[in-house]
Amino acid sequence: MSEQPQISRAEIEDFLYMEAALLDEWRLDEWLGLLTDDASYLVPPNDAPDGDHHDTLFIVADDIHRVKARVKRLKSRNAHAENPKSRTRRMISNVRIRSVVDDVASVTANFVIYRFRRHEQIREYVGRYEYKLRVCGGDIKIAERKAILDAEQLAGLGSVSIIL
Amino acid sequence: MDTVRYIIDDSEQAVFKVHRSVFVKPEILEQERSKIFDRCWLYVGHVSEVRNPGDFRTRVVGGRPVIFTKGADGEIRVFLNSCTHRGTLVCREREGNAKTFRCFYHAWSFNNCGELIAVPGEDAYGPNFDKGHLALREVPRLAHYKGFYLLNFDAHAESLTHYLAGAKEYLDIIVDQSPTGELEIIQGTQEYDIAANWKLLAENSFDDYHVAPTHITYFEYLKDSGVNVAIPKGLLMPRHGLGKALGNGHAVIDNQTYRGRPIAYWMPMYGEEAREEIAQIRAELVSRLGEERAYRAADTNRNLLIFPNLVINDGSSVTVRTFFPLTERRMRVTAWAIGPVGESATARARRLDSFLTFYGPGGFATPDDVEALEVLQQGIATWKEVEWSDLSRGMTKPIEEQLNTDEPHLRAFWRRWNELMQTD
Ligand code: FES
Ligand SMILES: [Fe+2]
Repeated sequence: MSEQPQISRAEIEDFLYMEAALLDEWRLDEWLGLLTDDASYLVPPNDAPDGDHHDTLFIVADDIHRVKARVKRLKSRNAHAENPKSRTRRMISNVRIRSVVDDVASVTANFVIYRFRRHEQIREYVGRYEYKLRVCGGDIKIAERKAILDAEQLAGLGSVSIIL
Repeated sequence: MDTVRYIIDDSEQAVFKVHRSVFVKPEILEQERSKIFDRCWLYVGHVSEVRNPGDFRTRVVGGRPVIFTKGADGEIRVFLNSCTHRGTLVCREREGNAKTFRCFYHAWSFNNCGELIAVPGEDAYGPNFDKGHLALREVPRLAHYKGFYLLNFDAHAESLTHYLAGAKEYLDIIVDQSPTGELEIIQGTQEYDIAANWKLLAENSFDDYHVAPTHITYFEYLKDSGVNVAIPKGLLMPRHGLGKALGNGHAVIDNQTYRGRPIAYWMPMYGEEAREEIAQIRAELVSRLGEERAYRAADTNRNLLIFPNLVINDGSSVTVRTFFPLTERRMRVTAWAIGPVGESATARARRLDSFLTFYGPGGFATPDDVEALEVLQQGIATWKEVEWSDLSRGMTKPIEEQLNTDEPHLRAFWRRWNELMQTD
């Protein structure tokens, strides 16, 4: 058996809180810095949350290239859906380390993301994260983050123009 | 009585205007419900969604909850999802397979052909109680064109084939993309609201005038990924095509692709390894359809609107999208991806990936469309002062020369809408 990295829930929580803060503050380049070179970011469809994006139509299925392109887009003043930028507030809780295999920790957490924008109703994106976190030394990187929405359909959540 | 005309349509003067009250007045929506949604053919689902006897999907179409299902007898039906006893929904699942629909309230049971098969305590009913007359009610009309099922709440409506008019030819080009002629809806539904009047999405779905300015970030993304796309001066589309009325309010824009098509036009985003398979897909099209029609299927995009609210966009992927008004200023959109039955796993994954670059609530383009329609809706709260919207682009040209960035297709929608709204 290979040496498994020791990582505590508190360390993971600190990391996830820091990530949430970067996203809430629109510090998207710094957020990109948390990702591995082959990271992916996924939002499965409401009616097939367990689907695989190779044969299921997702809401978001970004590989690292597309996630970088998404950040570039969101930083542009021509990303009309987020210009002016919405305000968001992320609540992360129920953080659990489900397994650690080699240097990859599988972590789940619950989220509530409130999104506020002028002239728009408040949106509450509620769901759970499934993370694959690569832990090397004291350093944590995101290899995969999946945001699974609890809503039965997006409906009043409209489009998903922010990073969940 | 309304004293304001809904549209001004003057070909001579090249003037076409729509009165903005039609997007904000609840009375207009009331009329649309009876004059349009109760009379036009409305999309309910695709044959591939009810493959096996017992398969069902519950949906809301034209404001009514319905069950789209295949009976044990192999027949596809659409039932009104309402118990004939007192009205309860008999099926509350999104989808599944069922031999019977059992209403939980008093436990009447219907089989998947609609027949009422069990009534607890039946002996308490009188001699006029006839289970044969209490079957689940079917929608008045149901028909399909090449697997696309549409229903009509008007028993006297013209046939679907007749109704579809010139739109059939465009559906054919999409169906032809499948070697077997069979398509399937791919798992994963995008269902989202837009806080705007439903007619704005009918317009937006094939408004190519907005594409360059609204979707600048999409073009930048294409460019960064290696697609040779220059945004021309004046922010019009990279390649011109045509806008066309197809009869009965249906219309289309039709242009040569400037990006990639999973069937069958390679772009760098698909990766070098995809070149060969795409070439094979194209070769199959050529051998089956001939060079000219293969060019249509592989190299040209189309956004098709089937009046009033079915949109099939065949561009970076093929999407089937329908939308209904919830109120005069909010709509619910439902969108799916569709592809050939038997498509390889790699081609299917590419189709879905290509879909997400542009379309959908998390795509690089659709969220900006949603934003455009929502801020338009906010802007036209001024409709009493700023009364008219302009849709006159290209009107000075002969009809067959009007472009996708002109607006003949939008005018076709509005002319039909206006015609139906003038009926009793
Ligand atoms: S309402 Fe369905 S059984 Fe009574
Ligand atoms: Fe658009």
